[in-house]
Amino acid sequence: MEYMGIERDRLHMSWVSSAEATKFIDVVTRVTEAVRALGPNQHYVKQKAKVA
Amino acid sequence: MLGYTEKMRDIAGRLLKECTVDMVIGFRKGTMPMMNEPCFVTKPEDVQWLVWDSNCGINLANYLTNRKEKIAVFAKGCDSRNIVTHIIENKIKRDQVTIIGVPCTGMIDKRKITGLVTGEILEVSETENTIKVKTADAETLLDKNEVLQQNCALCVHRNPVIFDEMVAEPVEEQTDIDRNADIRKIEEMDSEEKWQFFEDLLRPCIRCYACRNACPLCYCPTCFVDEAKPQWVGKGQDPVDVRTFHFLRAYHCAGRCTDCGACERACPVGINMRLLTRKLEKDCQDQFGWEAGLSLDQPPALVAYQANDPDAFIK
Repeated sequence: MEYMGIERDRLHMSWVSSAEATKFIDVVTRVTEAVRALGPNQHYVKQKAKVA
Repeated sequence: MLGYTEKMRDIAGRLLKECTVDMVIGFRKGTMPMMNEPCFVTKPEDVQWLVWDSNCGINLANYLTNRKEKIAVFAKGCDSRNIVTHIIENKIKRDQVTIIGVPCTGMIDKRKITGLVTGEILEVSETENTIKVKTADAETLLDKNEVLQQNCALCVHRNPVIFDEMVAEPVEEQTDIDRNADIRKIEEMDSEEKWQFFEDLLRPCIRCYACRNACPLCYCPTCFVDEAKPQWVGKGQDPVDVRTFHFLRAYHCAGRCTDCGACERACPVGINMRLLTRKLEKDCQDQFGWEAGLSLDQPPALVAYQANDPDAFIK
């Protein structure tokens, strides 16, 4: 994903067990902060079809 | 590679006469220069159709998928690796195929050659190292190494990795090849540049799916792009959909692609989609030490779990 131009901080991968509530909160906080810092991703917004 | 043709006809004729196989898959001359087409020979008297030259870039492993009869197939280095992948993935049984190995010195790039001469190409002939291109006005002599397909210029497995018999003695393998120079260049770009690079690369795509159809790995009965319920990806020319198609297709080939170049060769608008598949090939090599299609006994990188598989991406 990074190779095709998605910023590194936009995609996260983590392993959280159902018993690890604190870790889950950590991860969610970290992800939302990182993504918020990058701002919205405009790349995957489809433009309206160009009609002549 | 000159002189293979006669030997091939002999082998094919013998296998068909002895009823060792029901069908031989090879190449015959196309109707246009540099466009050899796959050829399916079932009768010994038809073996004179078979030819071999530097225009046999199509990957013949593509025609083995789910076949039930006994088949002999001519296999270059890359084809043989795809046959291995096919056998591992249960798309054909090993005892069903007679693999006739063809040591290969590379296939020529018709797009490159068309760009080097002016006017319509009427005839293309070759010697071991040169390619002679005849147009209405002129004859041009080209060095074969200069006009190889890029994947052939970068090839490090020219000889078949699996075969029942060989057409000729193995050729010398290329060493000291830097396969990933252009991939590293893309890796060094920043996100915005990368995005723009692929935007430009994929812009000409007309979604004809020739790359998918030419690819021996793309054998799904219904491809994800053809599904309607659910529709995974838009079917139009929207850049987002075009990109999704190319990236997903590349991912489906991860750890399986042998860089045979069939996709790029088939593309009517000349997109180098191998920049995607080769990145995954490089990652497989770097992270799992895996190269696709080299052995029947090794489980593919994405199939086997190993305790030391890299997991730095899991945070």
